[in-house]
Amino acid sequence: MEISITVNGRSEALDVPDNALLADVLRERLGLTGTHVGCDTSQCGACVVHMDGAAVKSCTVLAGQANGAEVTTIEGIGNPDNLHPMQAAFRENHALQCGFCTPGMIMSAIDLVQKADGQLDEGDVRDGLEGNLCRCTGYHNIVKAVLAAQDDMKSA
Amino acid sequence: MYQFNYHRPASLDEAASLMAGADDGTYLSGGMTLIPTLKQRLAAPSDVIDLGGIGALSGITDNGNTISVGAMTRHAEVAASNAIPALADLAGQIGDAHVRNRGTIGGSIANSDPAADYPAAVVALDSTIHTTERSIAGGDFFQGLFETALDEGEIITSVEFTKPTSAAYAKFPNPASRYAVVGVFVARCGDATCVGVTGAGPCAFRWSELEAELAKSFSASAVANAALDHSEFNADIHASAEFRGNLVRVMAERAVASLT
Amino acid sequence: MANETGIGAAVKRKEDARFITGTGRYTDDIGAHGQTYAVFARSPHARAKLNGLDASAALATEGVVAVFTGADLQADGIGDLPCGWTVHSKDGEPMVVPAHPPIAVDKVNYVGEPYAVVIGESLEAAKNGAEALEADFEELPAVVDLASAASADQIHENVPNNQTYDWELGDKAATDAAFAQAHHVSSLEIVNNRLIPNAIEPRAALGEYDAASGLYTLHTTSQNPHLERLVLAAFVQIAPEARLRVISPDVGGGFGSKIFVYAEETAVIWAAGKLRRPVKWRAERSESFLADAHGRDHVTKAELALAEDGTFLGLRVKTLANMGAYLSTFASSVPTYLYGTLMAGQYKTPAIYVEVQSLFTNTAPVDAYRGAGRPEATYVVERIVETAAREMGIDAAELRRRNFIAPSDFPYETPVALTYDTGDYEASLAKALEHADYAGFGARKAASEAAGKKRGIGFSCYIEACGLAPSQVAISLGAGVGLFEVGEVRVDVTGSVTVVTGSHSHGQSHETTFAQIISEKLGVPFENVTVLHGDTGRSDYALGTYGSRSLAVGGSALIKAIDKIIAKGKKIAAHMLEAQEEQVDFADGTFTVADSNQSLTFPEVAFAAYVPANYPLEELEPGLSEKAFYDPPNFTYPAGAHICEVEIDPATGVVDITSFVAVDDFGHIVNPMIVEGQVHGGLAQGIGQALLEHGVYDETGQLVSGSYMDYTMPRADDLPSFTVDTTVTPCTHNPLGVKGCGEAGAIGSTAAVMNAVTNALGVASVPMPATPETVWRAAQA
Ligand SMILES: Cc1cc2nc3c(=O)[nH]c(=O)nc-3n(C[C@H](O)[C@H](O)[C@H](O)COP(=O)(O)OP(=O)(O)OC[C@H]3O[C@@H](n4cnc5c(N)ncnc54)[C@H](O)[C@@H]3O)c2cc1C
Ligand code: FES
Ligand code: FES
Repeated sequence: MEISITVNGRSEALDVPDNALLADVLRERLGLTGTHVGCDTSQCGACVVHMDGAAVKSCTVLAGQANGAEVTTIEGIGNPDNLHPMQAAFRENHALQCGFCTPGMIMSAIDLVQKADGQLDEGDVRDGLEGNLCRCTGYHNIVKAVLAAQDDMKSA
Repeated sequence: MYQFNYHRPASLDEAASLMAGADDGTYLSGGMTLIPTLKQRLAAPSDVIDLGGIGALSGITDNGNTISVGAMTRHAEVAASNAIPALADLAGQIGDAHVRNRGTIGGSIANSDPAADYPAAVVALDSTIHTTERSIAGGDFFQGLFETALDEGEIITSVEFTKPTSAAYAKFPNPASRYAVVGVFVARCGDATCVGVTGAGPCAFRWSELEAELAKSFSASAVANAALDHSEFNADIHASAEFRGNLVRVMAERAVASLT
Repeated sequence: MANETGIGAAVKRKEDARFITGTGRYTDDIGAHGQTYAVFARSPHARAKLNGLDASAALATEGVVAVFTGADLQADGIGDLPCGWTVHSKDGEPMVVPAHPPIAVDKVNYVGEPYAVVIGESLEAAKNGAEALEADFEELPAVVDLASAASADQIHENVPNNQTYDWELGDKAATDAAFAQAHHVSSLEIVNNRLIPNAIEPRAALGEYDAASGLYTLHTTSQNPHLERLVLAAFVQIAPEARLRVISPDVGGGFGSKIFVYAEETAVIWAAGKLRRPVKWRAERSESFLADAHGRDHVTKAELALAEDGTFLGLRVKTLANMGAYLSTFASSVPTYLYGTLMAGQYKTPAIYVEVQSLFTNTAPVDAYRGAGRPEATYVVERIVETAAREMGIDAAELRRRNFIAPSDFPYETPVALTYDTGDYEASLAKALEHADYAGFGARKAASEAAGKKRGIGFSCYIEACGLAPSQVAISLGAGVGLFEVGEVRVDVTGSVTVVTGSHSHGQSHETTFAQIISEKLGVPFENVTVLHGDTGRSDYALGTYGSRSLAVGGSALIKAIDKIIAKGKKIAAHMLEAQEEQVDFADGTFTVADSNQSLTFPEVAFAAYVPANYPLEELEPGLSEKAFYDPPNFTYPAGAHICEVEIDPATGVVDITSFVAVDDFGHIVNPMIVEGQVHGGLAQGIGQALLEHGVYDETGQLVSGSYMDYTMPRADDLPSFTVDTTVTPCTHNPLGVKGCGEAGAIGSTAAVMNAVTNALGVASVPMPATPETVWRAAQA
C-alpha cells in the first residue's frame, strides 16, 4: 500500500504493508527511533507523537490511517542547540532518568499545554499525563517540568 | 498482526459494498479497541474498512431538543462540547488524552464493552442509534457482553441524544485500565429520572428501582431505599460483585447529590 | 574555590541531551544487516509434561528460518541457567537446585516458560511459525499457593517438599529467652505481595556472530554485561569470555529485573552462532509480564517482645519465600542475606531469630526487585513496631526513639551479622516529623472526620545494607562471584578524560555523577569528561549496577584510579619542574611546587606523559591512564525516616496520599538533584506496592494481572508531590563517604503507607496492596 505522510516537515512517499503501524513506519522505515514502544495494550504512552495536531499513540494507528497526515515526532520539535521549551524544562527539572518514557512524555506534555484553556495546575498536569507511564521518576519532576514549561511555551 | 487488506472508503455506500465483498471484514473507527486486538492476534479479519475517510460521520449537531453525535466523533470532541454537559464530562473521563483523541462514540457503542462509559449515557438519556439501515432506540441497543442490536455490515452513523433537564455522570475508574469499574449516569427529563449503569453487568442497564425512588424524592438518600441485586454483577481482581454493588450505590448517590 | 560542576553540585545531566531529543540508542534501536527475528513459544500451562513437539508445520511456514527446542540446545552442549548464590539450610546442607534449561526440554513449570524459539526472516513470519508449532502437553496439577506449597505436589524430581532451603539466622535460644521475659508480645501475619518490575523498556537482545573471528557480540538490556558474559561463557557454554562481547547500550530502566541472565538472550546469541546470522528479539509487554523475574512474594509471621517501657527485647520472624518455578540468578540470596540480616532495623533489639523457607511454585521465577529483601525486611520490622506502639499505647515516634541505636553506639554490631558503621536515626526522624507537621495531625484528622473521611499517619524508619559488597563476606556466605568494582581513568593527550566504569547506568546518571567526581578531583572541565560504560569490550571485568552500589563501590574504584593519576602526575611534574616529588601539590587542576611560583596545569602534565620529551622515561612509563579495582570493607548503611499521611474515603475505599515525607541519610551526596530523583522513583515503587501493584495468579497458575489492563502501575495522578530531605553522616569506610541512594525510596515507603492506612482505619492490619475493595472491607468491619 502506498502512503504519503509528512513527518517533521518532510513529505515521504512509502510503500508499506496494509497492517503496518505508524510506530513501526517511524522507527523502521524512517529511522526515527526516538518514538519508543513499551507495551502492546496501548497504555504506556512511550510511542506518543502528534498527528494532525493531536497527541496519539502511534502504536495504535495504522499506517493507512496516517496517510496524508502531518506527523511530528520527538526528533522534530527541537535539537540540542535549539531545544523546545518542554525539552529544556525536562532537562532543567531532571524530569527523566532512563529516558525511555521521555519522548512520549514530552510529546504528550506539549499537547497538554497547547490544548489547555488557562493555566494548568499540578492536578491538571497529573490528570493530563494519565496515558504515560514512567517507572523511574515517580512523576514528581515531570510535573514540575510541565508546569515550568507552560510559562516558557507561552512566552516563546 | 495477521495480514489484512486495508481500505479507506470515502462514502457509506462504498464502505458497505467493501464489507459485502470481504470474506471476513471489520470496520475501523478510532482503532483504540480494534488495533490492540489485532496486534495481539486475537482477531484475524480479511479486510479492515476504515470509516475515517467518510467526512459525513464526524461532528456534533445541535437540533434544539436533541443533539446528534456523528459516529466518527472523537471522545475529545464530545468532551469539549457543551450541549449536554454531563455527556461532555463522561467523554472527558474515557481512558486518557490519547485514547480520547482517537476513540469514537460509534466504535465505543458498537463494541459494547461492559466497562465502557458511553453506554451508561445511551441507556439513561432518551437516545436513538442511527445506522445505515435503521434507527434503534438506545434502550434496545445493548444486548449483552460485547453484543449489540447491529446486524452484520450495519454501520452506526450517529447517536442522537435528547437533552435532559439536568444530568450527571459518576465513574469509579478501574485503577489499572481506567475503564469503568462502575459508572452511573443520572438524567432528569422533566419529572422523570433515568439511571443508567455501566460496568456492573454484561452490558449497560437501567436501574428502575432507583428511578422509582427518585420519582418519589429526588435526593441522594433515596438511593439507600432502592433495591439492587448484585449477585450476578461482574467480578474481577479489582472488584467483587458485592463491592461493585456498593460502588453502584455510591456513584448513584454522588451523581444525584451533584444535581440537588 | 567551589567547583560548579564538582561534588555536591546539582549539575544538569549529560545524558539528557540525547534522551530529550529522541537520539538515545536502546537495544531495540539497533539493527544488523540481514537480521532474523526470534519469537519464543511459551507454555500456556502452569505445569505440564511436554511429550512431544512437532515443528514440521512451523518449519514449512513461509519465512521461517529455523525452530530450536530445548533438546537442540542441550545437544549442542548448552548448559543450564545457574543461580549464583548457594544458601545453606539449618542442617548445613546446601540448597537443592533444580535443573533450569534455558528452553524447556520435557516439562514446563510456569505459564510463559519458553519451550521453543522460532527464527524468521521477519517478526511476522516467526510469529506465524510459533503458532504453527504443535506441542503435546500433558497437564499436571499446578502448585500456586505459597502457604501450602511445601505439602503440595512435588514440582522438581530432586526437590522434596518443593523446598530449596530452610535457612536460619540469629540466636534462637536467646530470642526464646527474651520472649519468656516479655511484658508484651505483638504478633503480625503479613503477606508481601508479588510485584512485576515493569521497566518501561521491555527486555531485548540482538545476537551476532562473526565467523571470521569467531567473535560473538550480544547487545542486550542488561544491568551488568560482564556478569551476563561470565554466565554465558562459564555456565551456559556459548563461547569463552574472550570471544564473547556483551554490550548494554542505553537501557530503559532495570530495577533488578535486568540483572539476571534469561533464556531469551541465551537462545538469541546461541542461535546467531548456529545460523551465522544476526538474531533479534524484543519482548512484547505481555511477555515481560510472564517472563521477567518477579519480585517480593513472602508470607511472614513476626513477633516482637517488649519490656514494660517499650524496650524491644526480641524479634522472631518466620518467612515463606516464593522462588517461582526455578532459581533465578540471585534468587536465593534475596530472602536470606538481603533480608534476615536487616531485621535489627534501626533498633537495639538484643535478640533476633529469623527462619526462611524458600519454596518452588508453578509461577514465574522471583528474584531481586528494587530493594531486594530489604523492603520486605523493613516491612516486617516497621509494621510490627507500629503495631506494638498502638497495642501498648505509646506514640509510634516515641517508641522508635526509645529503641534507636544512638550515634554513640557506632560501630554497632547487630545480632544478625552486620556491623553498622554510622548513622543518626533520631536526626532523620526529627526532621521528618517537622516536615510532616506531626503536631498538626490531630487537627487535620478532625477536619477529615468532619468531612466523612478517615485520616491516618504512618512512619517507617528503615535501614538498608547496600554498596554490595565485601567480596570475602559475600563469598563466605555463598556468593559465586566477587563484588568489587573497576574504574579506569584515561587521560587523553590534551588533558580531557575518558572514564571507563564497570557500573552500568540505566537511569542512575553515571555519565554525570562520575564526570563530576573527575571535575572535582582533577580539575578537568565537566564537559571534557566522557564516561563509558556497559561494554565488556571496553572495561575490565566488573560487576555492574544493583544494590545501590555504583557510587559507593564503582565511585570508590574511580577515586582509587584518580589517586593513581595524581600520584603519577606529581612524579611527572616534579621531573619537569626539577623539584622533589614530595614538594609537589595538586589542587584545582594545577601541580604546584610548594613555596614557589612554579606550576604546571593538568593538561601540560598529560601532554608531557604522551609526548615524553622532558620525561623520566627510565623510571616512569609514558602515558597517563590508570585503573583500579575497589573491594569495599563493609556494606554501607543508608537509613532514614519516611512519614506518610493518607485520607481514606470509607464509602469507596480509595486511599489518597495527602503527604509523603522522606528524610534520608545517604552520607555525602555528589549530585543532590539526581539523588532526589532516585528517591522520588523509589517512593513511587514503594507506594505502588502498598496501594496498587499486585502480581496475581489464579488457582490454575494463569497470570491474571498480565497486562496494564489489570496490573496497576502507579501513574501521575495516583501520586502526590513528595517532600524529600536529607541528613548526613558520612560513610566511614569509603573514600567518598557515600552510602547509595538507589533503593531507599522503595525500601522505606511501603511500610509507611501501610502504617498510615491501618492507622486511619483503626485496624491491626490490611492486606497489601490496600486496593479500594480491601480498604472498603476493612472500613466496614
Ligand atoms: C488505554 C485505553 C483506555 C481506554 N479507556 C476507556 C474508558 O475508560 N472508557 C471507555 O468507554 N472506553 C475506553 N477505551 C476504549 C475506547 O473508548 C475506544 O475508543 C472504544 O471502545 C472503541 O472506539 P474506537 O473508535 O476506537 O473503535 P474501533 O476500535 O475502531 O472499533 C471497535 C469496534 O467497533 C466496530 N465499529 C467501529 N465503528 C463502527 C461503526 N460506526 N459502526 C459499526 N461498527 C463500528 C469495529 O468494527 C470494532 O469491532 C480505552 C481504550 C484504551 C486503548
Ligand atoms: S507503545 Fe505503549 S501505548 Fe504505544
Ligand atoms: S525516565 Fe525511565 S521510564 Fe521514565
